[in-house]
Amino acid sequence: MTQLPNSTERKMGLVIDLDTCVGCHACVISCKGWNTENYGAPLSDQDAYGANPSGTFLNRVHSYEVQPAEGHAQLIHFPKSCLHCEDAPCVTVCPTGASYKRTEDGIVLVNESDCIGCGLCAWSCPYGARELDKAEGVMKKCTLCVDRIYNENLPEVDRIPSCVRTCPAGARHFGDLGDPDSDVSKLVAERGGMDLMPEMGTKPVNKYLPPRPKDTVEDQIDILAPLLAPVAEEPKGFLGWLDKTLEKL
Amino acid sequence: MHPAPSVILFTTLSGLGFGLLFFLGLGFPAVSGWVAFVFFAIAYGLAVGGLMASTFHLGHPERAWKAFTQWKTSWLSREGWCAVLALVVMGLYAIGVVFLDRHWSLLGWIGALMSLATVFTTSMIYTQLKTIPRWNMNLTPAMFLSFSLAGGALLAGQTRVAIPLLLIAAFVQILYWKKGDKALEASGTDLGTATGLGNRGTVRAFEPPHTGTNYLLREFVHVVGRKHAEKLRVISFVLAFVLPVLLLVLPFNHFLALLAVASHLAGVATSRWLFFAQAEHVVGLYYGKR
Repeated sequence: MTQLPNSTERKMGLVIDLDTCVGCHACVISCKGWNTENYGAPLSDQDAYGANPSGTFLNRVHSYEVQPAEGHAQLIHFPKSCLHCEDAPCVTVCPTGASYKRTEDGIVLVNESDCIGCGLCAWSCPYGARELDKAEGVMKKCTLCVDRIYNENLPEVDRIPSCVRTCPAGARHFGDLGDPDSDVSKLVAERGGMDLMPEMGTKPVNKYLPPRPKDTVEDQIDILAPLLAPVAEEPKGFLGWLDKTLEKL
Repeated sequence: MHPAPSVILFTTLSGLGFGLLFFLGLGFPAVSGWVAFVFFAIAYGLAVGGLMASTFHLGHPERAWKAFTQWKTSWLSREGWCAVLALVVMGLYAIGVVFLDRHWSLLGWIGALMSLATVFTTSMIYTQLKTIPRWNMNLTPAMFLSFSLAGGALLAGQTRVAIPLLLIAAFVQILYWKKGDKALEASGTDLGTATGLGNRGTVRAFEPPHTGTNYLLREFVHVVGRKHAEKLRVISFVLAFVLPVLLLVLPFNHFLALLAVASHLAGVATSRWLFFAQAEHVVGLYYGKR
């Protein structure tokens, strides 16, 4: 049903650290790799080796430049996937009931056999988290790797979303954001985790940790620095003669 | 937004068709027999043709019947119900008018209201989307309803009602364009709120996620047609409202009336094209576009 649950038992989601992300796109590749051969229809590509390649991805990494009023510009890599919103507009607009939000863990999923591919859910999503697969004609989105996180056939260390498991920088964290004592909730509280486009009223579950402030370079780096200052100030001997001669020319 | 021909055809034709059904349901023109049959055939052709066109852009049209299940939350589902109910009620009314020379006026009134409700639910599909500030305004349903009523009166040959209705629709159209042009800015959403980095400085899209294009850019970031938007606005306004009103003011003549209808139809279709092509989806901000 496309009626949203009043509350969910847990709020499983991701915390993405914009300070740590190095923009390597490994999460994009591992997401595509896992999800193209597991839950639901494959993530198709069109003209993959031709002049105009295009395909379905559930996770994409943007890069932004932020120029503060004073100081240097900063480059911030920005992974973006479904935020599993509490007030998910993509669920309520669905005419067939294919889109739904699970009461047990809050994951937003698409039942592909009910999806008519009208695209209205993608229209209603401010984050661009849903993409209509061109080959299958059904809507694809992040499942939070629902086929990994409860999968007892996998070693316990792998029972987290593929993107989180892959991230070499440790910039992605997975957990229950509804439990204030969970590691992810503590991280969000500590680092001032934020919502994307809060004005849209979607109440995203996924949070983004803002980049930490940059270090500032003090005038004196350390107490030994003065001792390392160059000793000879004026060139002498042959170099001194050369300097004077060149000056006269 | 990508101006898909199927959706433009659907909203234009079915809007006009249900507008005509509204007037037929109220008994204007008071026709019966074969003349009524022709009127109803035109109305059903437009309304049903439009609805059929809307299924062309579906990924799985064979499952379209499932869209009737979620009327509790989905405007698209509600639209499906309203359309079917309006067509069934008006169909029964048409049987009375065409074959039995009976005007069941209560049935006609219900059918007329259901026809308007269908146009309203269509408009709400667009109006409900906060992600497209240009659509997320009260003027969107006002525009769909005023266009449908004006076109319906024109097709029904109700000259005395059609002229004021066309003028009202023209006024709503201008208001819609004026307010719509400022809607994205007024929504307060920009790349700063989209990334949550706005309080740190000026945010600029530095590098997109892929070198190629993708579904999101094809569907939501249509900038090609915006170049000629101003000219197209003038063309659509003249065709949809100015020319039909002038033709209606002249002494009545079937050829001129047909010309007025054709001009109005072309103008509304152009306006609908602009409705999609000029609509900015906020997801474009993530790509440094609007």
